[in-house]
Amino acid sequence: MTALVLAELSDGAVAPATLSAVTAAAQLGGPVHVLVAGAQGAADEAAKIAGVEKVLHAGDAAYADMLAENVAPLVAGLMAKDGVGYDAFLAPATTTGKNVAPRVAALLDVMQVSDILSVEGPKSFTRPIYAGNAIATVESSDAKLVITVRTTAFDKAAAEGGSASVEAVSGPGDAGLSSFVGLEAVKSDRPELTSAGTIVSGGRALKDSETFAEVITPLADKLGAAIGASRAAVDAGYVPNDYQVGQTGKIVAPELYVAVGISGAIQHLAGMKDSKVIVAINKDPDAPIFQVADLGLVADLFEAVPEMTAKL
Amino acid sequence: MKILVPVKRVIDYNVKPRVKPDGSGVDIANVKMSMNPFDEIAVEEAVRLKEAGKADEVIAVSIGAPKSKDVLRTALAMGADRAILIQTEAEVEPLAVAKILKAVAAEENPQLIILGKQAIDDDSNQTGQMLAALIDRPQGTFASKVEIDGDHVTVTREVDDGLETVKLALPAIVTADLRLNEPRYASLPNIMKAKKKPMDEKTPEDYGVDITARLKTLKVAEPPVRQAGEKVGSVDELVAKLKALGVNA
Repeated sequence: MTALVLAELSDGAVAPATLSAVTAAAQLGGPVHVLVAGAQGAADEAAKIAGVEKVLHAGDAAYADMLAENVAPLVAGLMAKDGVGYDAFLAPATTTGKNVAPRVAALLDVMQVSDILSVEGPKSFTRPIYAGNAIATVESSDAKLVITVRTTAFDKAAAEGGSASVEAVSGPGDAGLSSFVGLEAVKSDRPELTSAGTIVSGGRALKDSETFAEVITPLADKLGAAIGASRAAVDAGYVPNDYQVGQTGKIVAPELYVAVGISGAIQHLAGMKDSKVIVAINKDPDAPIFQVADLGLVADLFEAVPEMTAKL
Repeated sequence: MKILVPVKRVIDYNVKPRVKPDGSGVDIANVKMSMNPFDEIAVEEAVRLKEAGKADEVIAVSIGAPKSKDVLRTALAMGADRAILIQTEAEVEPLAVAKILKAVAAEENPQLIILGKQAIDDDSNQTGQMLAALIDRPQGTFASKVEIDGDHVTVTREVDDGLETVKLALPAIVTADLRLNEPRYASLPNIMKAKKKPMDEKTPEDYGVDITARLKTLKVAEPPVRQAGEKVGSVDELVAKLKALGVNA
């Protein structure tokens, strides 16, 4: 079986999420090809990923903004091509992958397997359901597989060491249904949330955006950490919504996750409970976060966090 | 224009799900069920568009057990005009749901279909995208803002990098993210009025859709349980333990 992986690009470069999807694809046991919709530079970069046999480069401007209406028919066409088609399509479970992959699946008349955690057999996979409160093992009966990959569940393939060939591909082009207007990107010098080794996350208890920044930022700086937040903190406007960790936000699994003033609702835990070490600072000793925290400190965060920052 | 809003009856989001001891699934007998939270947001948005004069009819549709009538009544109480229940005891996968919705859309001819971005039970995040593909219309997924302008809809989407804006030709499919709006509570008079609003009942067979599952669930298990942690008494102790774990700063 040959697998096709959709490359996630960020600022024109191959994003780390792609490397996790390549690892998952390789576990299916066959050759791995990567589809890059973007600049030639990104295709050359993808060709260096260890374990990749071939890179398909779709340079048409219609694909540059990853509009699902344009990209999905391209992928479905490549998948279904007589003789040289693919048996599996994998995309990282990023917002791009989640947007495009189900559209591909429907065009191929197959059920997608979303957000896989592991490959159990040629057609069986584990995936979280009910906000990660249960893990289902599912087996597909479809002729072709369409999969999105939970990136924190798979090691990243080495970004260097491969020497894949690059082949130009084209598809139906612009479907004329949609157009890209703009992206209001949140600029940050910090590590990217989903790939950070350490995350300091704040909740509603931080009071407002100034206090959030005053308390959380110095600790995050000290630890070289990315900053995350609970839904309550995002809804209250303390931080932008792409900071949100949880079932409806980002799923993270860093080495160290520091939850400050976060109670630990099911939906938040769904996004971070696979972190290696969880530290919780909360003044409520009964907060559910303490049930998953390796180290818990029952204290007023406004005193404890500055003290911790000073002592680290 | 007409707006179609598919809604799903799911386990209430505050309930901690229990895995059945035989590993066959999650126990939903005698558990509180509600409308999927993202679908409430979808209904709210449709009703707001109607209130703003952009839409003249809002139709709620649900596929599932007879009790899905409850969530349809909720949608009617929130302001939907009529409802369609497509009744089946089977668990229907997103692909089959999308096919049924395609048939409903062909009958009703809505200009806009607003779904939730995902259901909190299967966490698939597929149905809206699949429906868009099947009817060959554009999709505005993970929407946090929806503006109708003539024959187009401009959708602001919550993406990993921030907020992306796309312009879609109508008819279009939109899936609601959490921050699209704050759903209203149905008032008692509206709940009473909702009981008189029309509700059609159908089955998947009426639409000729095969709902046989493509994915077989082999097993459902509890997630690995984390090692019980410890509470420390002071910041000094916390810092010392972190340093012992190799945290450098």
